[in-house]
Amino acid sequence: MARADSFADGNSITPPPRQFGQARRVAHFEIKYLQYLNHLGEVAEELPEFAQERGQLLALYRAMVLTRTFDKKAIALQRTGKLGTYASSLGQEAAAVGVGAAMAKQDVLLPAYREYGAQFLRGVSMTEILLYWGGDERGMNYGAQAEDFPICVPIATHAPHAVGVAYAMKLRGQARVAVCALGDGATSKGDFYEAVNIAGAWQLPLVFIVNNNQWAISVSRAAQTRAETLAQKAIAAGIPGEQVDGNDVIAVRERVAQALDTARHGGGPRLIEALTYRMGDHTTADDASRYRPGDEVEQQRQYDPIARLHKYLARCGEWSQQQDDALYAECEAKVDAAVKDYLATPAVAPESMFDYLYEKLPVALRTQRESLSSQGESGNG
Amino acid sequence: MAVMMYWEAIRRAHDEEMTRDPLVICMGEDIGVAGGTYKATQGLYDKYGPERVIDTPISENSYTGLGIGASFLGVRPIIEIMSVNFAWLATDQIFNSAAKVRYMSGGQLTAPVVIRSPGGTAHQLGAQHSARMEKVFMGVAGLRVVTPSSPKQAYGMLKSAVRCDDPVFIYEHELMYNMKGEVPDAEYFHPLEGSEVTRSGKDVTLFGYNISVHWCMQAAEQLAKNGIDCEVIDLYTLSPLDRAGIQKSVSKTHRAVVVEEAEAAVGVGSEVMAIINEECFFDLDAAPVRVSAVNVPIPYNHRLEKATIPNAKSVMAAVRKLLGK
Repeated sequence: MARADSFADGNSITPPPRQFGQARRVAHFEIKYLQYLNHLGEVAEELPEFAQERGQLLALYRAMVLTRTFDKKAIALQRTGKLGTYASSLGQEAAAVGVGAAMAKQDVLLPAYREYGAQFLRGVSMTEILLYWGGDERGMNYGAQAEDFPICVPIATHAPHAVGVAYAMKLRGQARVAVCALGDGATSKGDFYEAVNIAGAWQLPLVFIVNNNQWAISVSRAAQTRAETLAQKAIAAGIPGEQVDGNDVIAVRERVAQALDTARHGGGPRLIEALTYRMGDHTTADDASRYRPGDEVEQQRQYDPIARLHKYLARCGEWSQQQDDALYAECEAKVDAAVKDYLATPAVAPESMFDYLYEKLPVALRTQRESLSSQGESGNG
Repeated sequence: MAVMMYWEAIRRAHDEEMTRDPLVICMGEDIGVAGGTYKATQGLYDKYGPERVIDTPISENSYTGLGIGASFLGVRPIIEIMSVNFAWLATDQIFNSAAKVRYMSGGQLTAPVVIRSPGGTAHQLGAQHSARMEKVFMGVAGLRVVTPSSPKQAYGMLKSAVRCDDPVFIYEHELMYNMKGEVPDAEYFHPLEGSEVTRSGKDVTLFGYNISVHWCMQAAEQLAKNGIDCEVIDLYTLSPLDRAGIQKSVSKTHRAVVVEEAEAAVGVGSEVMAIINEECFFDLDAAPVRVSAVNVPIPYNHRLEKATIPNAKSVMAAVRKLLGK
């Protein structure tokens, strides 16, 4: 039986016959690194078309400022006992906002847990994210983006899901792309390697974004892998891999848009490693000063994604201090309103824990539900 | 009613569901061109093509996760894990994703996947290929676990599982694929909850599932010759277990023997005995008994392998001891 029609695209990659001892160069590669604005806010490379428009750049800037304002508030809520453990996205706003801005509404985002900037642009509300970190599963039922995935706290377990989502899109003949965001630590997991492997073999409409913030909790990038770049991990699976300056929102948006365009038109998957830095602790339950030198963090401040775009806009004479102050005030007001909604959301009834467990609750569990209902919140003992 | 083999019944269920709904697909190792290690997908590759009958790379965790991901977007995957021994690798996706996603997304996402996998001791497959993992799966909330003991059940359960919006794990048995049995000619949907009275009796209840139902039936027929009237209950649903069915039978016979191919520890027998304690302790005339495997890795050696797992004779011995006969 001919095998050329397998779901893998059929281009068999059989090496030519060789003699013993004969060497052959395979998978020679270079990793491209893209940056449009350097950390001083100067143009390092001619700006892509979208970035010539002031409105587009301002939208990215606003989204980053909103994300940072939200982040600050979320940490404050956690510190005052009004939110559970929270994973900060401080310093990584560009890597998320660039992705969210590049994606089309009908695409599907499978986030890890620092992609608020992308989620907000896609219509996930700040209240929903707060509900989630506040310990309420209802926060992951997104009103405005029903097919986007919940935050994935386990590492890389959503990478296989992303492959499945992309497979479903291809099977259904849809012009959609799945976008899977992972951290640098995730690229050490089998889930990641297996997912990249299948995505390559089947040429699926899938873009992997590796947010390399240099730290997997306390394990530094250097201690994680001997690979020179994380992008090159894609090459072994036959997928193009590249790096972008993850603190340059223009570069992230541009390269993700390119990758989406390729994937949407049948060109297969891509992996983009966004080089960024985790300015905060891993989560509010972590204290990075135990393992990370303080001067390293200080050194990284100069690369801040928001300051960089601000400098550029100011230099172009398109953004005044008054406008900036007004934007921060506006973001604060939005975040405060979301916090108000979050805090005013009525608590769930204990028995609701059974409501989303099965399509129809099995008989054997109905008794448990009823008994919980009659005991209220006093526990199940 | 046509007589067909267990594997043919499973194949028929695949075929009917894939004809009905173009979003029903199947995937796994060697299920496409090769037609499946146990022939359960034979011929489907030619009929439905490589996009819907997918030979996956050897990455159990990943292709199970892939099926789960696809199911979020309306695809109905039937995932074959060639041997339940390999399902250990996929447990993270099955337990942490499929079983929990509906709950954790407040009902936004569901994972209507079917995962089929055979286990059990067959003929000298060695310790790493003879796992009986049903006990591991049945403890996970959000996951349905069923196990067919006949071609009819194998057919009807797969049909129901494909239509069910919950993730369903179907535990098959490597020695049962060639078993013959009657399967209704018309479409048939077997329930995914409950249990079945396979033989009605009054002296003692024998609980079995999958292959052990047959040991129970053989034992019951032999014991009947000595005037011992056994009731046999097929616990085809391992999660959630049929509390009412267990209670009803034991309240009638006042004695219970639970028969499983797996080791006793933390197993189906423990769970059934706990239910008997909770539901009908005062109806008992004797302490319930478990007939289980010895708690060792399954030996490669043929004689030792046979010595580790129960059979109809061990069931008969347990019943006689329980009745003092």
